[in-house]
Formats: sequence, C-alpha cells, structure tokens
Amino acid sequence: MSNIYDWLRWGASRRGFLRAAGLSLFAGALGAARAQSGDHDAQGYTGEHRAPANAHGDHGGMITVGQVDHARNGFDPSKVLTDWDQGVTSPWTGGRTLREFTITAEDKEIEIAPGIMFPAWTYNGRVPGPTLRVTEGDRVRINFINAGSHTHSMHFHGIHSARMDGVPGAGDVRPRGSFVYEFDAFPFGCHLYHCHTVPLKRHIHKGLYGAFIIDPDPARHPEQSELAAARLLGTPQNAHWQEFVMVMNGFDTNFDEENEVYAVNTVAHAYTHRPIPIERGRPVRIYLVNVTEFDPINSLHLHANFFDYYDTGTNLTPTLKTVDTIMQCQAQRGIIEFAYSDHEPGLYMFHAHQSEFAELGWMGLFDVRDAVA
Amino acid sequence: MTRAIVQIGGPFAALLLLVTAFFTYEPLRKPFGGTPPPVEELTVERTVLDDSGIALKVRAGGTEPVSIAQVQVDGAYWRFTQDPPGALPRLSGAWIAIPYPWVEGETHKVVFVTRTGLTFEHEIEVAWPTPKVDAEALWRLTLAGLFLGVLPVALGMLFYPALKSGGAVAFQFAMALTVGLLAFLLVDTLSSALEIAGRAAPGLKSALLVWIIAALACLLLWGLARWRGQDFTPLGLAASIAFAIGVHNLGEGLAVGSAFATGAAALGGFLLLGFTLHNVTEGVGIIAPLLERRPQLSILAGLACLAGLPAVLGLWLGTFAFTNHWAAFALALGAGAILQVIIEVGLLLRRQIGQQRQSRAYPVVFGGLILGVAIMYLTGLLVEI
Repeated sequence: MSNIYDWLRWGASRRGFLRAAGLSLFAGALGAARAQSGDHDAQGYTGEHRAPANAHGDHGGMITVGQVDHARNGFDPSKVLTDWDQGVTSPWTGGRTLREFTITAEDKEIEIAPGIMFPAWTYNGRVPGPTLRVTEGDRVRINFINAGSHTHSMHFHGIHSARMDGVPGAGDVRPRGSFVYEFDAFPFGCHLYHCHTVPLKRHIHKGLYGAFIIDPDPARHPEQSELAAARLLGTPQNAHWQEFVMVMNGFDTNFDEENEVYAVNTVAHAYTHRPIPIERGRPVRIYLVNVTEFDPINSLHLHANFFDYYDTGTNLTPTLKTVDTIMQCQAQRGIIEFAYSDHEPGLYMFHAHQSEFAELGWMGLFDVRDAVA
Repeated sequence: MTRAIVQIGGPFAALLLLVTAFFTYEPLRKPFGGTPPPVEELTVERTVLDDSGIALKVRAGGTEPVSIAQVQVDGAYWRFTQDPPGALPRLSGAWIAIPYPWVEGETHKVVFVTRTGLTFEHEIEVAWPTPKVDAEALWRLTLAGLFLGVLPVALGMLFYPALKSGGAVAFQFAMALTVGLLAFLLVDTLSSALEIAGRAAPGLKSALLVWIIAALACLLLWGLARWRGQDFTPLGLAASIAFAIGVHNLGEGLAVGSAFATGAAALGGFLLLGFTLHNVTEGVGIIAPLLERRPQLSILAGLACLAGLPAVLGLWLGTFAFTNHWAAFALALGAGAILQVIIEVGLLLRRQIGQQRQSRAYPVVFGGLILGVAIMYLTGLLVEI
C-alpha cells in the first residue's frame, strides 16, 4: 500500500515539477523544440523574441506561442505595413502618368501563426498581395501572370470597363496564362483588389487580395488642396504622417468554413510580438481594409484614444468624427486618422472588438515613443 | 544445417526484397500525383485541473507525426508548454500544460491546432479540481472501495445458511443464478472495455486488442485450471469466481474513480449505494459452489477480499492515473476470466443435473439464470454514471 502511495505521489509531484519548470523555461524550451524540428533557423528567435516589459504587454497567457519565420514566408508583417508598390512610371497622354505593375499569382505554403502552415494562393508570393499605390487620374496597367494551379483573376474595386472587371469571362486567366488590366485611377480613396474566380469564397480566403490606394491629386481639389497633399505619397505634407496599411483577414486552416486564425496582414499576433513603433509627435494614418471571409463583419478598436474615420477614403472630410471603434463588412474599407501627441509613451493596444477575433490573433500594440530611430 | 538456414532465411530475404522494391517504386505515388496530405490523429488521455491551470496528456495516432503548433482554450490562443517538446511520432504521448484560469463547474473546450492546420477538440464537460493524492483522499477512496466491492460481496455471503438449508435444489438454483449474474457481467465488462478502447488513441487498435486479450485470458485460465489434469475443487471454483468478479470490480472502481476525477459524476451516496446493491448478488455467486461443504469463516473472508478489494485499487487508479487503453485491457482481462468461470460453473451444473430427472431441474435452472440477469440489470439501473 505504501508503495502505491509513493508511486502515485511521485507521479503527481513530477507533473507539478515539469509544469513549473516548463513555465519558467518557456522561451528556452520552445526555442529548443523548434531548433530540434528544424522548422526555424535559430537566428529568427534571438532577434525577434522581444517580450514587452510593460505590464500592458503581459497578455495574461492569451497569446500564440513561438515565432513565425518571416524570411521563409518571404514577407514580414512589420514591413508590409509601409511597403507601398508605386509601380514603374512613364509619361502618358495629357501630362498624366502611366503606372505599370507585374503581378504573379502563385501557390505557396505560408506560416500564418507560429508553426501553423496554410496552403495559400498568393499575389507575388505574399498575403496580402502588394499594396498598390497610385495617384488619382493615373493610367494603371497591370500585367497579370497566372503561375498558380487554378484559374485566377484580379478584380479591382474602382472605375473601369466591363472588359477589365476580372470576373469569369472578362479577364480571368487560366494557369500559365496572362492578361493585362488597364484603367484610369478613379475615384481617390482606400480600395482593394481580389480574385473574382469562382468559387469566390475559396479564391478569397486562400489569400488572393490586397490593398489598392488611390491618393487624391491636389490639383483636382483646389479648395482642399492641403488635405489632398497630406494624403499624396511623396509630398512634404505627407511625410509628416506615419502611414500604415492593415488588411484584416482570417484563415480557415481545417476548411470547415470557420476561421481558426484572425489577423491584420496575415500573421496572428504579429504586432503583439513586435509592437509598431510610433513617434509621439506625428499623426498616424491607417488604411484599413476588411477581406475576412466567413464572418459578416470585422472591426477595429483603438485603446486609450479616438480617431476620425473616412469610409472608403473617397472624401477629404471625415465620415465619422471622434470614435474609437468602427466596423466593416467584407470589402468595406476606410482611412483612420489619429495622434498620440498628448499621450505618455507606452504600449497602446488595438484589436478587433469581436473578442473572439482578438483572442484568435487579431490584436496588436502601438509602441508610442518620443522619438523613433 | 545450411539447408535449414536457406529454408527459413529465404522467405525473409524475399520479404526484405519486396519491401525495398515497394519503397523504390512506390506504386501509389505516380497515378495520384505525389503523396497525399498527412493524416494526423490526436487523442487526449488524461485531464488534470489544478491551481496552475489545465494539463492534458495527449497521444498521437494516424500516419504522420503530429506537431502541435498552437492551443486554443474556449476560442482563444493560449500560452502552453509541451513535455517532451517537438513533433509527436505515431503512438507517442506528451503532457500539454496550459496556465488557463478555468472556472469550476463550467465547460471548457480545448482545441489543438497542428502544423497542417488540422484541429482536434477536447471538451472538459464539467471543470472540477483533480483530486490531490494525499493520505486523506486515499483513505476516503479506500472506504468507498470497501463499500463498492468488499461489503456487498460479504453481505451476499450471508445468504449461505438459507441456501444450504434448501438442499440440492437450492444449490442448482444458486449455481444457475451465478451463471446469469456472470453472463450479465461478461456483456457489461466487454461493452465497457470496447467503449473505453474507442476513446483510446486509434493507432493502438485497442478494440481489437480487447478481443484478443479476453480470448487469451479465458484460454490461459482454462489451461491453468487443468494444470494437474483434474477438475476444480469446489473451493477452487469459488476462488475462480471470486477472482473473475474481482477483475470486474477493478473495472467498476476505474469507472467510478475516473468519473470522480473528471467531475463527470456527482459521486453522491446514492451512486455508491447503487453499486453496493448491484454487487450483493456477486456474494451469492461466490458461495454457490461451497454449499455442499462447510467452509471456514476465514476462507469466506478471503474470498470476499479477493472479489472486493480490487475495487479499491480500481478507485485509486481511476482517480489518479486513468489511461484509456490500460483500463480497456484490464477490463478485457476481466471479461476473459468471467467467460472461463461461466464455462466452469456451467459444466459443474451440467454434471449435477445429469444425476437426476431433468424435468425437475430445468425450471429451477432457468429460473435462476433469468433471476440472475434480471437482478443485475435492475440494480444496474441505479448506477448509471
């Protein structure tokens, strides 16, 4: 009897020990595990594991465990934020500019949360696809190549002819085929593009979407030229702003038509693990796009602050003033403007205010500092 | 000698050649366009809830190693540690510790997300602190085990004088009752063994093993009983019955213990009392072969312990160390033992009846059989977990 008693007690205390040891050695054990499985190079760990020191950064356990190998993915959410693709420019008739882009659709397995691989369909090997940024009135030419295993297309939210719509029968491209989409960039605002091949749901949630931003041309808006100039990439007024693109998306990893992972710019908790540096004195502008599949709406809530919201970004005056939460249906998008100039430095949270989405990955932090290197 | 080597080694060499050829050409690869996606399986074997959160023992199945990438609790990604870390090869196990603030009496859902994005769900139906192993818990479980196993068997033995005064008819009736009782236990034990095997890791093929273990146990006991080439003594038969019932009671203890540990059963006095009533008939079964002699009290006490004490062990193991496949195998062993005893008692009964007019014996035997099954069924209704 005493033997059994000892044995049972040993079993229990051993578990207790393992748990305690496991928690304290959490990071180390994890690194060892990953190194062992050969999934990640050790470099990625030492460089990226930066737990916020602030109490606010302690998520009380609610967090994805580990780090995503951004190098293998070929894109880094921290860089996607500000990675504007302005295309190759050349003169066009009437003093306008031609902007040419080459976009290739390809199948690619990407890591959407630490250790979780997703068989994605991508534009240019990344999800979301490249953020195309043009100016109002530009001529836009997209050389689209389909290197994927299924028929794909590019359907732009903008003004164009029926032939350029990127739907079945008008600009959908079979594997190993190509197509040239061409149109004038109107109206200015925060838009998106996505694959419109059927089954639509699958072509979207597999990763074929991206932001398409048309900056206003100050010359076309003489009464609001300063506001327009502040939006136009490359002007001194615009340089004062800290601009980020955030595409709200989700991933159904087991194909049961429900998302297992939610995020902005694909990687769950990416900006919780690596908060977005913000310079306190300069205003912030977010181009927010919702492409989340399966759920009717998505949302953004900003902690400890309020913002102005420009729905679809097609106006230079806000649609909503002084709000801290907005919601978007799929393909709805808008521009968010705010500042932390009167705040003390620290980590400020933002996330979907569907708690479910937040806890499944759509959560991040702004690291507000006096100066950003 | 060399000829023998060639004769035995030849087929093995051919087999080796076949395996090599298979992996060289992989006949299924070409026409189906590469290897299909890996099929993973993950089963939760144990759940421990305490102040440090939730700990789950998982076991991998399927064709490919399972890499647990993330863990969701109630639809939220949660910090966790895995011991041992890394991908889980087929049939290997690991502890997953999640520092999650679970809520007493409520339901929690844990979802394991693997590297390939597959999900495996585990529901904790009623969250309840897992009993801690200490002297008091062990003593209480021991007490419960005595109520569940030893006392009812001892109570059943109190029918001894009444049965003895009934003469040959009472003896036949008691033996028939025993067969009915054992038949019920056989079905009951086998079905719970298969049910528990169904919850074990699929790669182990536990259900198949249950049948094999039951059959082997029966054959082995049959052989052991005839080791010296003679039939059972009445005491030997009583001991065999007590042993078989003991293994069954071990299974009952496991079931009650694990239900207690996981909070699935409110282990009220009623449930325990139900088991006590359910098991009284077992005592009658054990003394049935001894009606024609006068056993010592110490022998009766020994038999009661042989049949009843395993319930205590079952409660301990069920509460603190329950693992599906081991529980299924223990129950399968019990099923085999019961089957062997049914055959032994049946043979004895047949010899008894053979010596007299059968028209008088059959009503008694059938009455006993049916009553045995009926009593077990009706008292069994009291102990639904």
